[in-house]
Amino acid sequence: MKQLIELFLQFAKIGAFTFGGGYAMLPMIERVCVEQKQWLSEEEMAALPALAESSPGPVAINCATFVGHRQKGIPGAVAATLGMIVPSFVIILLLSFFLDRFLENKWVAGAFAGIKIAVGILIVDAAVRLFSKLPKTLPTVLVGAGAFLLMMAINLFALHISTIALMLLGAAVGLALYLIGRRRRGGQAQ
Amino acid sequence: MKILRLFLAFLKVGAFTFGGGYAAVPLIRETVLANGWLDDARLSELIAVSESTPGPIMVNLATYIGSVQAGVPGAIAATLAVVLPAFVVILLLTKALKKALTSEGFRAAFGTLRPTIAGIILATGVFLALNNVIGSVQAPVIDWKALLLTALLAAVYFASRKFTKRGMSPILLILLSGAAGIALYAV
Repeated sequence: MKQLIELFLQFAKIGAFTFGGGYAMLPMIERVCVEQKQWLSEEEMAALPALAESSPGPVAINCATFVGHRQKGIPGAVAATLGMIVPSFVIILLLSFFLDRFLENKWVAGAFAGIKIAVGILIVDAAVRLFSKLPKTLPTVLVGAGAFLLMMAINLFALHISTIALMLLGAAVGLALYLIGRRRRGGQAQ
Repeated sequence: MKILRLFLAFLKVGAFTFGGGYAAVPLIRETVLANGWLDDARLSELIAVSESTPGPIMVNLATYIGSVQAGVPGAIAATLAVVLPAFVVILLLTKALKKALTSEGFRAAFGTLRPTIAGIILATGVFLALNNVIGSVQAPVIDWKALLLTALLAAVYFASRKFTKRGMSPILLILLSGAAGIALYAV
């Protein structure tokens, strides 16, 4: 029980003091889980981003569930994951009760007219950073450009095509290229 | 059955978002527009609020939309739904996932899924930026103040990324843009 409370509290601390979510949390998770508590080895910590990236959902939740489960099984996973959620849940819930009225204020509305512009830039920046981490191979570049153009068309013409369909298509291209490549290699070997 | 609709909608968001932060924005945008829960302007405001409050952006947006649509039960339903896929996959599939990470087919699929996600996010960001400047695509009217501010903020932000080691933090950009917004629109 003591360890469950400890998991909850440590992840509540991480959840309460990291802004921006996702990858912004990794350094804090490393400090707590590797340096202070020795819940993870350095190798496990190094493997965590790849694991979080290839499983669905928020990166922070992936990490909390993984560490909690390693320490204390399913109860540990629940404790760590709830710890991660509770601080922001409380803050956003309280905000939600008065945010709409707050936004109607002339000064706040003015500020947010500017902030909306910053958000557009931040999203573009997030995408640019994702692109810069990718290998510069022909399939990667073509698929990235194709996804951008398709999504742009979907947005501009308000087409009813889900981003999920686009993602599945993107993954299918990679799998198909791999299977074709393997078949060719197989053909040469025979 | 608003709560069930919230739960299912955010379950889908949680299940089909890979990577954290802004990777969730395109699917959340699609979901809230389809359900009439938010428009683009309010979504952008909420993304800024999420960026400036602690916690994962996806979870923050789920809590907020759930609360506004169906009170505290809605907030709980949406928040649990958005984290449930992550929780279940890590719990049940960590071993399978680790093995899959070494499989060539899985890596090949992710090799093209990543640029697909990056392209989707880029198009969403560009479209939101465009919307800020021309209002709507159907009836475009250029907002010169917004155009000026977009050019200025983008120049400052990307220059800071290029010429300083860590660049400007997102929070600083939000504060700066808020001050500029007050000066341009409220004064």
